[in-house]
Amino acid sequence: MKSLALISVVITGWLLLSAGGDFPEWGDPDSPANSYRLSQHFVTETFHETAVPNMVTAVLADYRGYDTMFETVVIFTAGIAIISILRVFRTDDPGAGGQTVYEKRPDLIVDTTCRLMIPIIQLFALYVVAHGHHSPGGGFQGGVIFGASFILIALSRDLQAAHKWVPEQRVLNLAGIGILIYAGFGLASMFLGYNFLDYAILHKIMAATPIEARYHSMLGVEIGVAFTVTAIMYSIYSNLASKGTMKEGL
Amino acid sequence: MEFFEAISAKFNYWVYVIIMMIGLYAMIAKNNMVKKLIGMSVFQTAIILFYVSIGVKDGATIPILYHDQVHTGHHHDDHGEEAHHASSEDHGTSDTGHHETDKYGYPTRHAPDVVIDGDDFANPLVHVLMLTAIVVGVATLGVGLAIIQKLHREFGTIEENEIHDIIKSGK
Amino acid sequence: MIWQFDLIILVFLVITAIISLQVKDLLAASMIFGVYSFLMCLLWAGMAAVDVAFTEAAVGAGVSSVFLIATVFRTSRRSSD
Repeated sequence: MKSLALISVVITGWLLLSAGGDFPEWGDPDSPANSYRLSQHFVTETFHETAVPNMVTAVLADYRGYDTMFETVVIFTAGIAIISILRVFRTDDPGAGGQTVYEKRPDLIVDTTCRLMIPIIQLFALYVVAHGHHSPGGGFQGGVIFGASFILIALSRDLQAAHKWVPEQRVLNLAGIGILIYAGFGLASMFLGYNFLDYAILHKIMAATPIEARYHSMLGVEIGVAFTVTAIMYSIYSNLASKGTMKEGL
Repeated sequence: MEFFEAISAKFNYWVYVIIMMIGLYAMIAKNNMVKKLIGMSVFQTAIILFYVSIGVKDGATIPILYHDQVHTGHHHDDHGEEAHHASSEDHGTSDTGHHETDKYGYPTRHAPDVVIDGDDFANPLVHVLMLTAIVVGVATLGVGLAIIQKLHREFGTIEENEIHDIIKSGK
Repeated sequence: MIWQFDLIILVFLVITAIISLQVKDLLAASMIFGVYSFLMCLLWAGMAAVDVAFTEAAVGAGVSSVFLIATVFRTSRRSSD
């Protein structure tokens, strides 16, 4: 079995390497990917059409906003799938209950350090979400960092203590609210008569020009993505670290 | 030195194929389930490396506009809108001629005198596609790990051949 | 893009990928997977893909390693191959 796998992998690798000669020159500005007219349009016209200096955020949240909405739905679905895989127990299952919950005292050094660091991490996560238009960042990055701060609470103390501070059921509500915010922006554009997720028409309900309406809607949409990613990262960690029982963490 | 430079130009493409094949071999041939998942992750990041490599331009910078490029083209845009609009209507033919307004009276082009050269910045379309790929990859990893824990709960082991033996001999 | 850095990082990338799949201790494999992820992040930052590098640093070297270690802790730590 292993030798068969090795042979097939070597053959596939040889085929791919022999196609390597057809690749364009390294760093060529006229390669087919770089001279494609859509890439050129994104570089030269993004600032004039949306007033956002970060081209990647503008393309992600505005020009390809439909992709990003369904990517958020994929993350949400993964969180729900993990809940449905791990939290269903059979009655005769020996690994389900029966976890000895003993009193664990948090270590002093770890506890103090994490207490100092967690507010700073959360502040930085909010900064990353809000400043995504002018610097590298955006909804995903800020959401993952915020979720990691919740995971840090659960790691420095116990999972039970983390659930007392940040109850997991309430946090899952946040995941649904994030997707509703994103779809809400799209539906608002649709109810005003234009396409789904066409932000320019939202200048009628915001006090801004159409170009600035796109700028501000991108921020709103990124906030929705950050909510969902935060909640799901924390939920996945809770489920994985306690085998679904939510009794004892790492 | 030039030989090494030429090697490292094409080396990126060779390394992506090598890492992809390492990940593929691990997914097929390893017995342990966690190793298979690590192989899947290695495979996914190798694909992302390839896509990012084809978006590189020589002498180009990151796809974010400079601060002075953004702010010297127009001054205090939010309360200079009417003045800008009025002055652009006066000499609308002397510049690029893009100073139209749409039917609500707002300008259709923000900061029209900022000129951006397409060759100065890396290709942003590729980066956007790969952002989605990374996040979907971590979601898939999470679901895979949950399935591994469920298998461990059912069979008591995470080695593939032992699970096959248990199933064949009937539980 | 400094080609000397790129060459060294690419060589280390292949080495860490192979080692992460060959060690018998699954905790060590997760750690080295975190190192692999971080080296990828450095490579992409050198190629002017800063958003992708930021996301990979947060997701790959942060959250993904924690998920792997949580699973290894809850199942078994040795692997037969």
